[in-house]
Amino acid sequence: MDLENQARIKELHDKYGSEDLIVVLGGAEAEASGLAAETVATGDPTFAGPLSGVPLGLKAYHIFELKEEVPAEVYEEQISMMEMVLDVDEIINEVKTYRQ
Amino acid sequence: MSFPVVKGTAYALVHAGSMLLYQGSTQMTERLKNAQSDHLRELPAHLRKYEDAVGYPPNQAYIGNITPDELKEIPRPWHENPAAGAGRDGKYGEIMPEDEFFGLMKIVDSFDLVMLEEAFQDAVKEKLQAHQILKDIRDINKLEGTACSAAEIQTLVAEHGAQPLYSGGKPAGCVKKAHEFDEALSSEVMLGNLANKASAVLALRLLLAKTDLRPEEVDYIVECSEEACGDMNQRGGGNFAKAIGEMCGCINATGSDTRSFCAGPAHSLVEAAALVQSGIYSNVVVVGGGSTAKLGMNSRDHVKKGLPALEDMLGAFAVHISANDGASPVIRTDAIGRHRIGSGASPQAVMTAIVTDPLDKIGYKITDIDRYAPELQNPEITEPAGAGNVPLANYKMISALAVKRGDLQKADLMKAVDSFGMPGFAPTQGHIPSGAPFIGHAREMILEGKIERAMIIGKGSLFLGRLTNLFDGVSLIIEKNSGRGADTEDAGFDEEQARGMIAEALRDFAKAFKG
Repeated sequence: MDLENQARIKELHDKYGSEDLIVVLGGAEAEASGLAAETVATGDPTFAGPLSGVPLGLKAYHIFELKEEVPAEVYEEQISMMEMVLDVDEIINEVKTYRQ
Repeated sequence: MSFPVVKGTAYALVHAGSMLLYQGSTQMTERLKNAQSDHLRELPAHLRKYEDAVGYPPNQAYIGNITPDELKEIPRPWHENPAAGAGRDGKYGEIMPEDEFFGLMKIVDSFDLVMLEEAFQDAVKEKLQAHQILKDIRDINKLEGTACSAAEIQTLVAEHGAQPLYSGGKPAGCVKKAHEFDEALSSEVMLGNLANKASAVLALRLLLAKTDLRPEEVDYIVECSEEACGDMNQRGGGNFAKAIGEMCGCINATGSDTRSFCAGPAHSLVEAAALVQSGIYSNVVVVGGGSTAKLGMNSRDHVKKGLPALEDMLGAFAVHISANDGASPVIRTDAIGRHRIGSGASPQAVMTAIVTDPLDKIGYKITDIDRYAPELQNPEITEPAGAGNVPLANYKMISALAVKRGDLQKADLMKAVDSFGMPGFAPTQGHIPSGAPFIGHAREMILEGKIERAMIIGKGSLFLGRLTNLFDGVSLIIEKNSGRGADTEDAGFDEEQARGMIAEALRDFAKAFKG
């Protein structure tokens, strides 16, 4: 996960806590999305960024999982094309793993 | 409308294994954090030999010895299946070894910053004096009587912050800093800029050697790499374009640098086309050199997965845009795609803005384009790093848009990908993969009648500069020349224009029905 993004998420967590904060991912791949979800939950597994050894305990959701939360026309305009292109089930299953 | 044409192209690669090790940003950062790290210890064993880089099928596709379609037929992993009949020289360019490239860096260095060791310099001088397109380059005499000893180089590196240059594992020279305190003129920056300039000079000289364009005929040069040249008071002041043109004898040219991350080349091609079509200039060259910082960017993943360090190539290219000659493929300046500031940053919004909006303008369907050339990153480099197959992802997105627009049945989505796609064959050098590597192939395929048109797509990640979260993208269509040429194309009936007008009228008609 991008080191700058790790720093930004850490800052937001420190300011708002983890109770009302979720991370929304838009990754195109299961592995990369899973890695991001893992990083914000249990810390950076690559030990490269500010979240190395820092388990924030944040829950990450891929935008595909939040379809019902997004106005239908916005989803259609912004996401529907990628829904056709990407392996939605694989991505969701991978991201879910890190919320348990 | 008299469209400008793609008159010629040239492509250069430089094998840069030792610069990967010493000047790639991933390795430089790692060295600062922990010079004894596992990665730095293991990486040298993963470096390729020059011969392996020459035989590597994507590199052969880049210099034009095999087509992207032929590359598709070569089984992966490509690093285990060298291209048959591979060679240093190709139809569009060449693959230069690193030692000769250090010599070229010294030749293009105007401020005596590149120092080469005596025996090394002598050997390289001999090779460059025999090099078909470099033997008569100005300042080749910089390789005479300017060498220094190994001890001097060691002192410059150890005590004066010079960047080391290695060849065959031995010290070959160094690049000094150009100012005591100015970070914009540090040895790292100067090495990157000189390598960028040298590789662009190689590409432009290849263009001049392989086409009829004479250096003095070049009116304007648009340089489109991702480096910044300047000092602490104007870090991106420029001007790579004129510095490159000077080394190629383009005495009548002026020029400037255009930047937009990986979309830089596509912006530059549009600018070049506009300058020619407006009549301001007759011959414009778009040129881009390579990036040392990106060498071995994903090498951690490549090493972990037991692969060769495949990001060991500097890429460069040059494209000549001229007035309509009635034969060369035209650039459809009436259908330039652009990601507008208000377009939005989702992949769907970006693809709509740069692919379908321009097609709509001239009444084309997605399937009317025979080949799309988006970000042509070699998947063998990006997949092990978790970035997937970038061109394939782009093709799927274009197909999905076609399905959404009714240009294509959903069942045919992958069939379309196969038909208008191609495997990525460019080194991951940012601006280099962004559509530009296909222009030479597209030109030839159009001239041979194999395809009618291709779309070149450049996309840029502007957020990396931390000034905006905006995305960027530009596209242009290269199409078969109608043959009417510059003198007659404006006169009488213009089929393309009429087609566009009819399409627009039909769209308005359909809208009136809907409303």
